[in-house]
Amino acid sequence: MSQQKTQSVQTTGHVWDDDLQEYSNPLPSWWLMGFYASVIMALIYWMIYPAWPVGKHFTTGFNTVTYVNDKGQEKSWHWNTRAQLMKDMNEAQKMQKPYFDKVAAMPFDDIAKDPELTNFVNSAGKAIFADNCAACHQSGGQGKPGYFPNLTDDDWLYGGSYAKIQETITNGRHGYMPAFKEVLNDAQLDNLANYVASLSGEKADAAKAKAGDALFHSETAACYYCHGTDAKGRQQIGSANLTDKIWLWADVPGQTSPEKKVEAIHTVIANGLNRGVMPAWQDRLKPEQIKLLTAYVHGLGGGK
Amino acid sequence: MPTTEASSLYQKRIPIFTRSVKGKFRSFKTAMLTLAYAVYFGLPWLPWHRGHEAVSQAVLFDLPGRKFYLFDLVVYPQDIFWLSLLLFIAGALLFFATGLVGRAFCGYFCFQTLWTDAFIFIERTVQGERPARQRLYKQAWNAEKLGKLGLTHLLWLAWAFWTAFTFVLYYGHAPELTVQFFSGKAPNVAYFTTLVLTLTTYVAAGWAREQVCLYMCPYARFQGVMYDPETMAVAYDSRRGEGAAGRALPRAGVRTLEERKAKGHGDCIDCKLCVQVCPTGIDIRNGLQYQCIACGLCVDACNSVMDSIGFPQGLIRYDSEANLSAKVPSKPRLHWKRLKIIGWGVALAIMSGALISSVGHRTSLDAAVQQMRQPLFVMLSDGRIRNRYQIRITNKGVEDEIYDISTKGVPDTALDMGNFREVKVRAGKSLIVQASVSLPQEMAEHDNSFEFMVTPRSQPAHAVALATRFDYKHDE
Ligand code: SF4
Ligand code: SF4
Repeated sequence: MSQQKTQSVQTTGHVWDDDLQEYSNPLPSWWLMGFYASVIMALIYWMIYPAWPVGKHFTTGFNTVTYVNDKGQEKSWHWNTRAQLMKDMNEAQKMQKPYFDKVAAMPFDDIAKDPELTNFVNSAGKAIFADNCAACHQSGGQGKPGYFPNLTDDDWLYGGSYAKIQETITNGRHGYMPAFKEVLNDAQLDNLANYVASLSGEKADAAKAKAGDALFHSETAACYYCHGTDAKGRQQIGSANLTDKIWLWADVPGQTSPEKKVEAIHTVIANGLNRGVMPAWQDRLKPEQIKLLTAYVHGLGGGK
Repeated sequence: MPTTEASSLYQKRIPIFTRSVKGKFRSFKTAMLTLAYAVYFGLPWLPWHRGHEAVSQAVLFDLPGRKFYLFDLVVYPQDIFWLSLLLFIAGALLFFATGLVGRAFCGYFCFQTLWTDAFIFIERTVQGERPARQRLYKQAWNAEKLGKLGLTHLLWLAWAFWTAFTFVLYYGHAPELTVQFFSGKAPNVAYFTTLVLTLTTYVAAGWAREQVCLYMCPYARFQGVMYDPETMAVAYDSRRGEGAAGRALPRAGVRTLEERKAKGHGDCIDCKLCVQVCPTGIDIRNGLQYQCIACGLCVDACNSVMDSIGFPQGLIRYDSEANLSAKVPSKPRLHWKRLKIIGWGVALAIMSGALISSVGHRTSLDAAVQQMRQPLFVMLSDGRIRNRYQIRITNKGVEDEIYDISTKGVPDTALDMGNFREVKVRAGKSLIVQASVSLPQEMAEHDNSFEFMVTPRSQPAHAVALATRFDYKHDE
């Protein structure tokens, strides 16, 4: 800027040790103004947003956020990230609403034929599933042998139609099987276990299985009463189909030897079951959410 | 020489009143400015016909729709790597050009330069040439000063506003947005952007000017590393200008070249015209400085002086450091035969070629398959194994399209897509469809990899094969 300034270098005027000096390369003054401006900005920010801790409380700032909570009440709160999130969620819900309405109004089969709606079901359903169902059924719906059924296979204890899935989610389920060690002796239990293993093609002792067959259809054990004379189960009461290769309570595929497989079945027959409890979701989810979830679960691959 | 007088830590801006100048660099700058402005201010208004799609604007950045329309090219988020290629090309071009001809970008193409130039033009039109502006600056406040400065700032603001508003037009349909904007119905973000850009343009081109180049621009900080002795830069030939006895005003006795040579004076007549025209206010006669944006205006100024007094041109010129200090300076010329320049040139050519071929070979279908991994596979009640997949299809064309989906490598009967063996995807939309493949166990063990085929009905030749795999057990 030699247009106006001499080219000689300026110093700050300090001299140390006779000849040590400091160059002065002054900052432009707008730079200083910029600094003051940011101080003022900080003050304004402090007044608008929560900032200082004061004892057990803090300065909350003037800014407020208004949102509608789960119960439909309108709330006004000092600005904070949670209130902001609630507000953002309100807006997201508003944007999703037309799709939810469409899902609620359409029969399941028509939803499944509309590619764009199916797209929505898959993305929104995934979120609802992750929030509510994944804790038991796992995030992909694969379940956990011995605890929670796999929703991606084609075996449905209570039926895999849209209506049945919707009913299951809405009202919940409670699976129960009595403990047979009270009624049967160990040999009888062993025979039964061998028979059940043979039903789905697992290796079993043929003689024991034959005896088990008789017992299965007898009045002593009366297994057929719940599982049906063909052992294919009855979906009205949720009794398992024993002839397919899918096991929920007895971890047969997880065992290495035929003996252990039979033993896994043995244990279940002996001790019975009172674990197949699925809670009812009608109090927690709205009907349109349940409907969407139904379509999603049906689409996981197992729906019938 | 250091002086020991104490000075303030902060410096008031020293105003610069640039003198206007005529010459080839000034003409080039003006031409660049005209071209850039014609493109920038005109482009949003250029209509462009695109099939039956509603967007009829040549350039439109549709942010909510996540699509950039550039003439016949529609850019989707999947094409993000074009952006990285483009950024690389821009970077390489900058290094290439800087190594060759110095800060050519700064002086002629940079937005800051262009807008400052325009603002100076307004300033001069209202307030007059340099001496008049200096007088006005020093004179006490009166009606004349108030009127002239007021008008200048008003025009600056108007120009800044139009600049900002034009920027916003790129993000919406220009004619519609203009009507909305001035009837108060445009989205808030449009007003906010316009406000911010108006203010920043006004401040940067009106008030800050060279301060942006000197203090804010990062490029000024690292340009030095791209220079080398062969780089062409605006330079003052100090050997010729200063001679042995230094520069001298053209008084009697040192007027002609012969007289000056006899007395040992150089060719510079110390008219200071080169300093007065400089937009960053430096004296190029002090040598290469980081403040110099290589705009060439001082070259024009000095050449015009040399012409008027009958001295040869080129006292200030584009030349390389090496040539200036050579025993016998030759005619300035580009030294491109250097490893650095050739290297950047090759990189530039390869990357530009890659971008052009990638853009040229784009198809209207973009598809990808993802295997669902939770669970990786599932056994069905009859013992078959099932794997599930998500196929994402994006129709990048301008017409709705129906896509047929099939498999290659596994029997067609193994594929289950629910209701969507064929899917219709609207122009410019994406859709995700679920597919499941079920195979008997014996088969599952062989068919480890296979392909999904996605075939657009109207252009079967553009079918895409998506390779994927079939899993039947967990990897040990
Ligand atoms: S010294 Fe010359 S080339 Fe450099 S900025 Fe000033 S006028 Fe432009
Ligand atoms: S314009 Fe040329 S002659 Fe005039 S002062 Fe600058 S270098 Fe010297």
